[in-house]
Amino acid sequence: MAEDKAPETQFLTYFEAVRQALKEEMELDPSVFLMGEDIRYSIFGPTKDLHLEVGEGRVLDTPITESAFVGAAVGAAITGMRPVVEIMFADFMTVCMDQIINQAAKIRFMTGGQVKVPLVIRAPGGMLSSSAAQHSQCMEALFMHIPGLKICVPAGPVDAKGLLKSAIRDDDPVLFFEHKALYFASDEVPLDPRFTVPLGQASVLREGGDVTIFAISGMVSSAVSAANSLARDGISAEVIDPRTLVPLDTDTLLASVRKTGRLVTVEEGCLTGGVGAEITALVTSEAWSDLKGPVIRVAAKDQPVPFSPVLEAACAPNAQTIAAAARECVGKN
Amino acid sequence: MPEFDEELIMRLYKTMYTIRSFEEKVSEQAGMGMIPGFMIHLSVGQEAVAAGVCAALRQDDYIVSTHRGHGHLIAKGASTDRMMAELRGKETGYCRGRGGSMHITSVEVGGLGANGIVGAGLVIAPGAALSARLRGTDQVAVCFFGDGASNQGTFHEGLNLAATWKLPVVFVCENNGYGFSTPQSSHQSIGRISRRAEAYDMPGITVNGDDVLEVYLAASWAVERAREGAGPTLLEAVTRRWLGHYVDDEDDYRSAEEKAEFTLHDPIEQLERRCIEQGLTSTSQLERIRSEVDEEIERACAFAEESEEPSPEDDPGLIFSGGER
Ligand SMILES: Cc1ncc(C[n+]2csc(CCOP(=O)(O)OP(=O)(O)O)c2C)c(N)n1
Ligand SMILES: [Mg+2]
Repeated sequence: MAEDKAPETQFLTYFEAVRQALKEEMELDPSVFLMGEDIRYSIFGPTKDLHLEVGEGRVLDTPITESAFVGAAVGAAITGMRPVVEIMFADFMTVCMDQIINQAAKIRFMTGGQVKVPLVIRAPGGMLSSSAAQHSQCMEALFMHIPGLKICVPAGPVDAKGLLKSAIRDDDPVLFFEHKALYFASDEVPLDPRFTVPLGQASVLREGGDVTIFAISGMVSSAVSAANSLARDGISAEVIDPRTLVPLDTDTLLASVRKTGRLVTVEEGCLTGGVGAEITALVTSEAWSDLKGPVIRVAAKDQPVPFSPVLEAACAPNAQTIAAAARECVGKN
Repeated sequence: MPEFDEELIMRLYKTMYTIRSFEEKVSEQAGMGMIPGFMIHLSVGQEAVAAGVCAALRQDDYIVSTHRGHGHLIAKGASTDRMMAELRGKETGYCRGRGGSMHITSVEVGGLGANGIVGAGLVIAPGAALSARLRGTDQVAVCFFGDGASNQGTFHEGLNLAATWKLPVVFVCENNGYGFSTPQSSHQSIGRISRRAEAYDMPGITVNGDDVLEVYLAASWAVERAREGAGPTLLEAVTRRWLGHYVDDEDDYRSAEEKAEFTLHDPIEQLERRCIEQGLTSTSQLERIRSEVDEEIERACAFAEESEEPSPEDDPGLIFSGGER
């Protein structure tokens, strides 16, 4: 009887999905614990009052000292714990860059594999209503350059929950980039505690034959709207969200480009040295003969993110600029 | 109060009241959605620190500010109209609408920047002081920072560098008892932050940060000391943040009783009372100052309102000074 069955999904916002993943994993594994600044208060909500549910000792408010608590997380991770730390805004990762890049990413390699580093760093990135230059950056491309770091860029509540659970269970350092503008996006999220989304598996959000749109994080929904408007003009776009940048699901991407012969990459970070640059290099070397024209990269301008709403809007890509790039790519602009 | 002349006291009063009036107006306009962004940190209740410290400075001295920086800049002599325009994201703002509340500054009055990165200024101020020495001037650099910021590595690194090189810096810790939602007792094991000065071999002083005259006296001493080449000072001003950490903060981590106490320490009222008790001024004179300031703030709002938005055309000169792309 239907009414006896527990619901399989729950309608959750992105921040609630993150919270559910944290809570489930903490209930499953006593070695998981949380650290960060004002995480019990939780400006965006994912960890608000979570200490009341999982125990005071497992949700630690730290002093304002990113270098110390990220370093401490590395120390805890190599000695049997599974820390999940929060950097309040991804921009502040610069304050603990050594701990991330020289320590977390390399310690396993440098010790000849004697240790593993099951550490997750959650960090909200991206633009959100005039947060200005030091609270708006997309940091993922910067870290793609560093071997040893896995990188998640969930674009919706289901992936946020599923990927975070995988990240926590993973034995390597994972940078988990939440997007500030997505915290209130909502969706039906699976409730089964066994549900996860594996790292390294792209999702194809829309199938199409004319052009592949590769979009990440906050840009995925804009890419889908762009695809919808392109469809009205008779252009069939395939939208791919890699969900994790490291590891990268190259198979799904290359298969799509082999089919469409055209690629547009979309990200909210800056153009130069961005995610799109790496994807373009990959596709041009692996699928050159299938490409019917140059790859087009859509990204933010190469500049610090401005405060003024007018300038901020002009800095970031949107559904219109994505659609225009796709039209140009297929030669129908 | 023999050592304070009337002109100075009126100036301190006016500065504090200008900060109060400005911040209250910003709070009101933010509530109405007129100010872009949500990370607007107001300094109502902390006016005496900005006013007392900056009154001890010359125009050509430097200040390095924080995310809660409107008051510092007003006290250093910036004009409220261009500040208000900046908060509204207008081209006439001090940072041409590029910076906003967290990055508001006026270099022409000696402001070297508000900052969105907690603790960043603690190493920038020693650099400005080093520059003054290398250029052969006797300028002093003041670094404002909070109790929360005193836990960043930059606090320790900046103080050590300044003390070792005897740089003309005054480190001003505005201890309002909280780093965001975290009370001081949960973020550090000491109560008096000035005690840390001992570890770097510089003077450490704690003053009542709600008493503008006490702040002014201590700051004057530290600034003169720095100017004479005797090195840095750590000055801790204990104060209170009346409003939430930022404009959207529900502030549910502080009890109603605690919040009710704040106004008992009102730095503006305290100065008012002392002035009148000691016959330095009259109620009507203070009233006149207040209405002048209120009018100035209204004019600033009108200026901001009428100012143009920046043009979305790029200005590459803002990224590289030569305008390269
Ligand atoms: C490096 C860094 N970490 C965290 C933050 C987020 N943040 C902004 S203000 C603040 C609290 C600062 O406390 P304090 O230094 O005492 O200054 P107050 O806000 O009390 O004036 C925090 C945690 C930040 N902006 N930068
Ligand atoms: Mg504080």
